[in-house]
Amino acid sequence: MSKEIKVKIDKEKCKSCGFCVLYCAKGILFTGKKNNAKGFFYIEFDDKLNKCNSCAICALMCPEAAIEVFKEDKK
Amino acid sequence: MKPVYLKPESLKDVVTSYCPGCGHGLVHRLIAEVIDELKVREKTIGIAPVGCAVYAYDYFNFDVAEAPHGRPPAVATAIKRCLPDRIVFTYQGDGDLASIGTNEIIHAANRGENITVIFINNANYGMTGGQMAPTTLPGMRTTTTQKGRDSKLHGFPLRVSELLATLEGTVYIERVSLIDPANVIKTKKAIKKAFSNQLTGTGFSFVEVLSPCPVNWGLKPLEALKFVKDQMIPYFKLGILKDKTEEMKKEKGA
Repeated sequence: MSKEIKVKIDKEKCKSCGFCVLYCAKGILFTGKKNNAKGFFYIEFDDKLNKCNSCAICALMCPEAAIEVFKEDKK
Repeated sequence: MKPVYLKPESLKDVVTSYCPGCGHGLVHRLIAEVIDELKVREKTIGIAPVGCAVYAYDYFNFDVAEAPHGRPPAVATAIKRCLPDRIVFTYQGDGDLASIGTNEIIHAANRGENITVIFINNANYGMTGGQMAPTTLPGMRTTTTQKGRDSKLHGFPLRVSELLATLEGTVYIERVSLIDPANVIKTKKAIKKAFSNQLTGTGFSFVEVLSPCPVNWGLKPLEALKFVKDQMIPYFKLGILKDKTEEMKKEKGA
């Protein structure tokens, strides 16, 4: 299990367009129930099963550059 | 943890004024990534248009000049001629480039100025509330064409890329879209080529991006992507319309 978060979403920048949710192949991004200062229900990342392979398609599709993606170091 | 994707340095850490699902944010990000990759941030000058992207100077982390409606190609020409070592690009919407500044863009292209033009085609005037633009599709509803654009009354949508491709002075013209990750990658490639052409002094490069405008189209962001795919792409065909890059490079080398 990874201890650190692989996909960091800047919740204040997120405008809930859902492009990342649509194109995430693993289906681990979803629109949350909390809203940010602008009133958008920001996207949340939940990877309990460690499905994320850091493909960064979510970051590629993000119009707000709100997503940063990290990968585990090889041991 | 090793970073796979980080926010580009050429983009400021601010919240943009764009609507959710707007293509402007994506194109801004791609331009910033390309400028970072080419390592030309310190000598880049952008020209912001009048339209939704009017605040581009607040979002880009390099010099940006503002030009009156439709005049970025003229301003870019002046900057490029005075400071030939800089990378000058204009960022224009369809109201700005295809309607108000048609004259400017045609002559800048015909002169073959060594600049890069990024043209955002969202088929309406976004900032002012979604009025009909020259690129509005036949039958498309806007605030000024309530019953849909009538070709007999309002004419036909203007294909700017095809128009410019007929001019001698242009070197590289491509039309791209943002409908899925594959097309976003293609868009980035096209933007990178347009900027590289300027670095090598090849000449006028033009990239038209079909961009979603969900709020003014009255659609949700994901439906807007579908609208681009189903309605816009059949009229505005994607692909490279003109590429004289290699010829021009040979000519320069000879």
